[in-house]
Amino acid sequence: MASPLTLRQRFSLARFLRGSGAEPGPIRLDRRRVYILPTRQGLLFGAVLLAILLGAINYDNALAFALVFLLAGLGVVSILHTWRNLQGLCVEAGRCPAVFAGEQARFPIGLRNDTGETRPALTLRLPDGTETMLDVPSGLHWAELSLPAPQRGRLALGRFTVATRFPLGLLRAWSPLELSMDCLVYPAPAPQRGLPPAQPGAASGGSEHGQGHDDFTALRPYHAGDSLRHVHWKAVAREQGMYTKQFAGEQAQELWLSWELLPGLATEARLSRLCRWVLEADAAGLSYGLRLPDRNIAPGFGPSQRRRCLEALALYGERP
Amino acid sequence: MNLPRHGRLWLLGALAAVLLPQLLRLPPWLIPYCLALLGWRLAIDLRGWPLPGRPLRLLLTLAGVGAVLLGYRTLFGPDAGLALLSVMLCLKLLELRSLRDAMLVIFMGWFLVAGGFLVDQSIFVGAYLLFTVLLLTAALVALNHPAGSAHRDYLRRAGLLLMQALPIMMVLFLLFPRLPGPLWGIPKNALSAQTSISDHMTLGNITELADSEAVAFRVQFDGPVPPADQLYWRGPVLWITDGRRWDPIRRESPPRWFGEPAGHEPLGEAMRYALTLEPHDQHWVFALELPAAVPRELTLTADFQLLLSRRLTARQRFELAAHTTYRTGALPEEQRRLALQLPSGRNLRTRELARQWSTLAPAEIVAAALAHFRDQPYWYTRRPPLLGDDAIDEFLFDSRRGFCEHYAAAFVTLMRGAGVPARIVTGYQGGESNPLADYLIVRQSRAHAWAEVWLEDGGWLRVDPTAVIPAARVETETDLQRFRSTSAPMLNVDLHWLTRNLAQLRYGWDALNNAWNQWVLGYNHLRQKELLQRLGLLRFGWQGAAAMMAAAIGLVLMVVALQLLRRGRRPRDPVLRLYERYCHRLERLGLRRAPHEGPAAFARRAEGLRPDLAPAIREISALYIALRYGTADSATALPRLRTAVSRLPWA
Repeated sequence: MASPLTLRQRFSLARFLRGSGAEPGPIRLDRRRVYILPTRQGLLFGAVLLAILLGAINYDNALAFALVFLLAGLGVVSILHTWRNLQGLCVEAGRCPAVFAGEQARFPIGLRNDTGETRPALTLRLPDGTETMLDVPSGLHWAELSLPAPQRGRLALGRFTVATRFPLGLLRAWSPLELSMDCLVYPAPAPQRGLPPAQPGAASGGSEHGQGHDDFTALRPYHAGDSLRHVHWKAVAREQGMYTKQFAGEQAQELWLSWELLPGLATEARLSRLCRWVLEADAAGLSYGLRLPDRNIAPGFGPSQRRRCLEALALYGERP
Repeated sequence: MNLPRHGRLWLLGALAAVLLPQLLRLPPWLIPYCLALLGWRLAIDLRGWPLPGRPLRLLLTLAGVGAVLLGYRTLFGPDAGLALLSVMLCLKLLELRSLRDAMLVIFMGWFLVAGGFLVDQSIFVGAYLLFTVLLLTAALVALNHPAGSAHRDYLRRAGLLLMQALPIMMVLFLLFPRLPGPLWGIPKNALSAQTSISDHMTLGNITELADSEAVAFRVQFDGPVPPADQLYWRGPVLWITDGRRWDPIRRESPPRWFGEPAGHEPLGEAMRYALTLEPHDQHWVFALELPAAVPRELTLTADFQLLLSRRLTARQRFELAAHTTYRTGALPEEQRRLALQLPSGRNLRTRELARQWSTLAPAEIVAAALAHFRDQPYWYTRRPPLLGDDAIDEFLFDSRRGFCEHYAAAFVTLMRGAGVPARIVTGYQGGESNPLADYLIVRQSRAHAWAEVWLEDGGWLRVDPTAVIPAARVETETDLQRFRSTSAPMLNVDLHWLTRNLAQLRYGWDALNNAWNQWVLGYNHLRQKELLQRLGLLRFGWQGAAAMMAAAIGLVLMVVALQLLRRGRRPRDPVLRLYERYCHRLERLGLRRAPHEGPAAFARRAEGLRPDLAPAIREISALYIALRYGTADSATALPRLRTAVSRLPWA
């Protein structure tokens, strides 16, 4: 919720021009946040009214007076309509799916409208000029802003505006917003394919049951994150519960995707290669670990391992 | 094309409605031109035809401008201007690309609507053009809503906007400062004044008006309407004659009188009335004889004409007063000379007849002349025969058939011949009272000419020689009624019911028109001043009016804002509302629900902190959860929730 502003803050030019910094949201667009000014068409409208008014005065034409006053009333009333179309809207940040560098980062923006009426023709606008226009019926609706993600790391959405010109286009009400939401950008996977060879593993806890692929050894209860390929589906079909098959075989072999395996490459190129390896190993359903200069991730498999590794690559060099 | 399709269709429809009345006035060759362009646009929108290229557009523009020039010989002035605007509007449709273009077209459309009012301001036109404003507004809403929705939504939204704008319009209409005169010269052709009484009379020209049912003016009396034989509406007074044609003393614009305004001695109460005169592009105002108090912008001449300093180019209302019985003063020598002037060598037979009476006393001369008209076979007719140079002689002795002007001119000639000072007064006589509203309609067909003679003991006296013609010698029924009744002739006689109803309808329509003229079209700086005076704001000058205007508009906006913002401020679900009230009350007791707390978790925490309220909290939470998430029957559970919440302590 918006914190109350002091009078000085409320009227500062900087707030008008730049907004008031990133906020976690949801942000309710109250009257302190919604600005309104005539559009260029609105100014033209004013000029046309003035011309009609001069004509009405000159020809002492009662109905021309009536028309110009009716239109002036229309303009004034439309201030309230345009402003109301934005006022009271709640904007909240959605969860951004991670993307690879070079892709478009997508930022879901939740628009909650609790008036019971549709708010037509709202525009979400990014500083680069891209606009998304949508009608927001009563309830919560999601819009999406997208930004190019040129490099790995965290990509902040930054400032955007919610604006509307509805109903007459003579005025534009807008509210500059900055939600603290960012999108995780993984390094772009390098084009080269092929995994490094597996290495003889260190004794992994002396366990007989290293997690490999080849020979089924036992069943254990399913944990979230286990690969669906290894679920014992027959047991599921017999309604005996979810079990994960465990395999023996490669217990001696461990696949370590290591920074050290790529000497001579620049940092980003190394991260790209590592990224490609993680994707390949994951696609092959292998168990793999990741070694970075500042961090090691123990071998594992499945979507959670993949996410952990890619996240480490994305944020390499940053303090978490 | 990034314009929403339904927005384009609305735009086209609205523009067609705006252009329709314009088209009817355009030169004939422009009508197919405009229709073709509109049709082309329709084909673009419906059939996906391409927009025309630049050379073609240029060619079309040149053709359009040429066609306007051909029709009006100019591009300026209201008529040519409106035609040019219509042409440009149609052309602009063919290069409609962006929202900006479309909005410009709509603004031009509004401008064209305003231009249409220059030509006609009747109720019908007003209503039709208001309708086109609604369409244009709906088109604007549709254009600004790319996602699109049902067509009636746009109409409803535009209607709502206009309804809310209406009170603002009224405030501005009443209080926006009105200026008395034009800002720049009005082109001559801007005004189409109707035919009215002219500033001179040749025998035969009032007859032209006899068949015209156009309204000359309307009158509203403060008290009872005077009897018909007193309703003489005084216009130009004619003194100078060449035997055929009669002129006022000086024909100049604005007319000036050579002497001091004459006084008159009233012999009765002044009668107050308001006269709303249709524009006739002349200076005179037809006042009831004789005008008493003279409003500031009018002057009273020595022959009792009320004159406006400018030509009347717009309908105007005058607050006047009259003494219907009066006595005027002495006759200055110069006036006497003019009142006896006759052309030498003309109308010799008439002068011979008059000479026979010249030994009588002046009052007897008047009586003798009236008796002559009454007793000899004179006919009153709307179709008098054409007369030659000695017109009065031919009328008096040969044709003996004439209209009011013949009688007035003949009578004055006789008086002058017999040595009695006399003059002709033109104007209107009588009027029909509208039975549905309290006012009198005076139509052009009431145009009349009568005489005035100057007698030693009474001053100027009105004599209407036409009125002495016996009923049997009046050709038409309506003419017979003319001088004898002010009430509607048709309602007195038992006519067919259809005629009667038609008459009623006609009076109703005229009453409506009169109200429209009085309160809408006739609202000018004078009436505004009156209103401000009545509101007690006049002494504060324009600042008072401006403050009042701002306050009234502010009030209207406040009401509109409240109406707009009240909607949907509260959640509609009564369960949620009750739960919010419960949270609000607990908050006042120091128990604030954290955003992450569900109702059950909050209840557990609250019960621990306020054991005294625990039963209530438990009950409310259970009911809320059951109502909102469970399958509780709201008919029974909702009232229980309401009671439980209302029993919570306030603080």
